[in-house]
Amino acid sequence: MLHIVACIKQVPDTKIIKMNPKTNTMDRASAPAILNPYDAHAVEEAVRLKQRYGGTVSVLTMGPPPAVKAIRKCIEIGADEGYMISDRAFAGADTLATSYALTKALNKIAKERPIDLIICGKMTIDGDTGQVGPGIARRLDIPPLTSVKKIVEIDKEKGIAILHRKLEDGYEVVSSTMPCLFSVEKDINEVPYSTMPNMLRAARYNPHIWSVNDLEDVDKAQLGLKGSPTIVSSVWAPQKPQGGQMLDGKAADQVSQLLGIMLEKKELFQVKGESTS
Amino acid sequence: MPEKFDCIVVGAGPAGIACAYELAKAGVNVLLLERGEYPGSKNVMGGVLYRQMMEDVIPEFYKEAPLERPIVEQRFMMMDKESALTFGYKGLEWAREPYNNFTVLRAKFDQWFAGKAVEQGALLINETVALSCIVENGKVVGVQTDRPDGQLYADVVVLADGVNSLLAKSLGFHREFKPDEVALATMEILKLDKKVIEDRFNLEEGQGCTIELFGDATKGILGTGFLYTNKDTLSLGVGTLLSGMIKHKLKPHHLLDYVKNHPMIRPFVQGAESQEYLAHLIPEGGYHSMPKVVGDGVLVVGDAAQLVNAIHREGSNMAMTSGRLAAETIVLAKQAGDFSEAFLDRYRKELMGSFVGEDLKKYKDSTHHFDKFPQYFEQYIPMMNRAASQMFTVDGTSKREKQKKIWRDIGSAKEKVKIARDMYRAWKVMK
Repeated sequence: MLHIVACIKQVPDTKIIKMNPKTNTMDRASAPAILNPYDAHAVEEAVRLKQRYGGTVSVLTMGPPPAVKAIRKCIEIGADEGYMISDRAFAGADTLATSYALTKALNKIAKERPIDLIICGKMTIDGDTGQVGPGIARRLDIPPLTSVKKIVEIDKEKGIAILHRKLEDGYEVVSSTMPCLFSVEKDINEVPYSTMPNMLRAARYNPHIWSVNDLEDVDKAQLGLKGSPTIVSSVWAPQKPQGGQMLDGKAADQVSQLLGIMLEKKELFQVKGESTS
Repeated sequence: MPEKFDCIVVGAGPAGIACAYELAKAGVNVLLLERGEYPGSKNVMGGVLYRQMMEDVIPEFYKEAPLERPIVEQRFMMMDKESALTFGYKGLEWAREPYNNFTVLRAKFDQWFAGKAVEQGALLINETVALSCIVENGKVVGVQTDRPDGQLYADVVVLADGVNSLLAKSLGFHREFKPDEVALATMEILKLDKKVIEDRFNLEEGQGCTIELFGDATKGILGTGFLYTNKDTLSLGVGTLLSGMIKHKLKPHHLLDYVKNHPMIRPFVQGAESQEYLAHLIPEGGYHSMPKVVGDGVLVVGDAAQLVNAIHREGSNMAMTSGRLAAETIVLAKQAGDFSEAFLDRYRKELMGSFVGEDLKKYKDSTHHFDKFPQYFEQYIPMMNRAASQMFTVDGTSKREKQKKIWRDIGSAKEKVKIARDMYRAWKVMK
């Protein structure tokens, strides 16, 4: 029986968020808070492993009280338990301080039920760093496995996990000792439409909520803004790319025009071979 | 084994939420289903929330609900191409408790209202579409949703699924609309600085104003436009019966653009930034279009029951009252253990005996009448504008001469008789 913990985060929906043009920061009130899309795949993968091997899926998040909604979303996907650490002491944390706080919470969860696997999303869509997962692994001294696109086998008895890691031009097959931490790519799975029983369970579910005092062995200097060495020196909007070429006409004409351009600028499009026309 | 509830309410709009709130408060095990991402995400209205009917559900809601502005002034504009005859009422008794009505943005308000129902113990499930009612032996026993393992069972199902109620149609309660029973309204939310809004609409800080637009706002087609003040946005919209739109080959968004650029409206909205664009059907068939609202194990409330008073632009208030009355009957039905049509018919009687039924009956022929005789909007409003212009233009002509001119402008003796007849008819359908 596996115990898998997925670490998740509630984020503003950056697809529709507006930027404050004066400060170049996100206007968080302008977009609804959602479960980080990569994390949905992490939870889904955990649920699939549970279905394959049996066990329990827990989710863990750090955030303000409304983040309970993100945990409920994970319950909809099929997670069994939800844990949330929520305290003013955690506020303003960068990836270093966040991974520290989450590690302390994972230690507490592991005391209740030893953890075999931790799964994170590749990165969050509001921070885009992908650092928290590996940060947790280092603090727990377990192997961090990033860019995971397929889990081939989990053998708890032998303590071995076999998986595929995405590379620029393919993938590599990796065998790792367990426990270990995966951060997963979006294409690892499709998150299906949740079942009605899961929806009902999620609507009724109340997660375990811990404050900083519920965690053990915490060095408060490493939490929140105090524990965050990251300094944002400036933020700017990237310039919109100039130029581009629009194609007109019927679909068939556009395709042949496009092929012509691609062959003309082969290097740009990495087209191999010669034109047949 | 699928779960069974005391009651399932389909649709989290004003009717459905009011019903779920009252049921949960009375200790009934109620499930509220919403197809949108959250309650309010798919709901549209011009934006006037009536205080009394909302307070019947949650007393003193205005102390915490996300409202835009209390309305202290209601104006009515009879518009021609480049003129308008405006009248209105402003009263500061509306600026203080208990208030008369408020502007609201539904995405915020419905979410808050549904949250209150959840606090009372209702279970809310979003992003789920109810596809049909589950019927056993002629009795509604639950709903089939679009989710895997999606059957849900209940003693009674409340259909609050809006104007196009798929479920009421699936039960044969509803027939397809005729184009003269339903209006299509489009609206835009326009961002504008708070202070600018207050200056343009002559308001003290935080106060609100509504302007209803008639005549050229809809190019003379039966319908109305509206311009409402929110905190830092304006809601500008226009709606006409589908039949009118079809007859005049109009596209709804063209009509909205027309109003936005109308010389009587442009000064209000100039410089405002378009924030959102919404469109919705409004059931305006009134009393004659009401479907069957009660069956074995099922009740129909709100827009799904066509509860809209088009003449007074009321709907959300009727929706809430219908939801509340449905809940009252369900609580009694639960006590009696009887969810038959005969028992639930108490809801229909209560509804028709309330202001909802009374007003629907009062105006039962009005929409149809104004649709059938387009001259009210097409001819009489411009005529009123010409008369006002004639009377108030000081050009050395004596007032008696001006009155004669106005009288001549109305037309021949035959025309005058026709107008008198039309005014009598209008009075008859509105009285």
